[in-house]
Amino acid sequence: MLDAYRLKTDFPILQTKMNGKSLVFLDSAASSQKPFQVIDALDKYYKEENSNIHRGVYYLSQKATELFERTRIKISEFIGAKCAKVIIFTRNTTESINLVAQSWGRQNISRGDVIVISELEHHSNIVPWQMLAQEKGAVIKYIPINPDSSLDTTNIDEIIDYRTKIVAISQMSNATGTIHDIKPLIAKAHSVGALFLLDGAQGACHMETNVRELDVDFYAFSAHKMLGPTGVGVLYGKEEILEKMPPWMGGGDMISDVSMERSTYADLPARLEAGTPHISGVIAFRHAIEYLEAVGLQNIHQHEISLTEYALERLNSLNGITLYGVDDLQKRGGVVSFNVNGVHAHDVGSILDEEGIAIRVGHHCAQPFMKKMKIAGTCRASFYLYNTKEDIDALINGLMQVKEIFARVVKR
Amino acid sequence: MSLRDDLYKEVILDHFENPRNYGVLEPCTFHEKGMNPLCGDELEIFLRMDSDTINEITFNGKGCSISQSSGSMMTELVKGKSKQEAYEILKKFKKAILEDSNEEFSEDEGDLEALLGVKKYPVRVKCAVLAWNTLEQIIK
Repeated sequence: MLDAYRLKTDFPILQTKMNGKSLVFLDSAASSQKPFQVIDALDKYYKEENSNIHRGVYYLSQKATELFERTRIKISEFIGAKCAKVIIFTRNTTESINLVAQSWGRQNISRGDVIVISELEHHSNIVPWQMLAQEKGAVIKYIPINPDSSLDTTNIDEIIDYRTKIVAISQMSNATGTIHDIKPLIAKAHSVGALFLLDGAQGACHMETNVRELDVDFYAFSAHKMLGPTGVGVLYGKEEILEKMPPWMGGGDMISDVSMERSTYADLPARLEAGTPHISGVIAFRHAIEYLEAVGLQNIHQHEISLTEYALERLNSLNGITLYGVDDLQKRGGVVSFNVNGVHAHDVGSILDEEGIAIRVGHHCAQPFMKKMKIAGTCRASFYLYNTKEDIDALINGLMQVKEIFARVVKR
Repeated sequence: MSLRDDLYKEVILDHFENPRNYGVLEPCTFHEKGMNPLCGDELEIFLRMDSDTINEITFNGKGCSISQSSGSMMTELVKGKSKQEAYEILKKFKKAILEDSNEEFSEDEGDLEALLGVKKYPVRVKCAVLAWNTLEQIIK
């Protein structure tokens, strides 16, 4: 087991106050906090290593290039890719999915083709496909969800069929914490000749993931949800698929030769990475991965399960709370989504904010799910390696204040 | 500063618990939908105008205590008023809340003063003005 009390001391922001109260940060599903190892790496880069990569013949540029590429190698090892050149740097998960939709999608999707997603996706795994489908006259089919927010695969043979070209599903839902049973879906997609994109925004940070064991064709995730800087995302793709993908953005770094009339393009990964990237962010991201590896993803996942168990137990003991998500703790990550009956999530969020407790309230960029559940939104508390039972106790105390202030409207 | 003293006052909770003029009004002469895209809250206004007078007005939708109580107070205040009178109240309220100017509210309009506490919580200001912005789409 990990020692969250000790780990917490590595995160400077968790020693600060919010609204005069000790910060209780329960919104890591939106973005995680950063340990000093990552912050120091950013600082060191700008103080000692700053220069552009892949260009200069001078020492600093070579040094920056080497550090930048070390992160690529680290990521390929971290997710079990066969080599570093299949790791493409983007700005975030959203951009990674857009890259697939715009580059692979425009080349491979045509009228009448089917793109399959689920009703519980983040907007970033819905809208890029809608844009592509609109442009190409393709069709989007949704895998429906059960009331407990797990995927309803009863009619999967009708949803994923010979017209399906790609299936794109999240590893874990940001709205409910549900960890989807993706293996049968990957097999199903491949059986009809479709590709499978795994949205790992909430996955890479919390669970060990091996892209080759899973046999996914694309894997997308963000550094900022896993202790790294904002502005750095990753797209993994199978080499034979990435090799055939046309460039997405044109510019520096992605060419091999440019004349007035035309250009020839660089090899992977540069071909899909135009322009100066977030160099400091990528370099610091390696330190985030090393931090996660040192703690151990298995330990992190176990810690989150035990926090979730404790949070659900305490929330269940409060009257007037509706909980969303699956019951089986093995099928959910460190997220609890709930409503205080009769009280709008924003009112809950404001009252908790005053107590120094940061949670997320609203639709969590999953409006189709909220519409299906016939709710405007939920309150979401999400946990990471630095959270403790005391953080959950603070949340519960805050919720008791909510119930007190709104006593006249809280429905049991 | 505390939410309990500044925002979640009795009068606001009362309007939230028992919203006045809540529901759908049919037939109506005007129907307008307002939205706060970031929080996903929607509020509809149904209004029946008789020559220049707001004869009937209702609001509908789900939202936080601030947006709902503001909608309730708004309908209560503009019902029976002329378009111009309603617009004057609207301008006064928005000025007080958005520009932090010291406006005089009549006794009838007293409930609105409870909403002004929202000024200390900038992220919630949009909740308090949602109903009024929606009304403005109709009477401007």
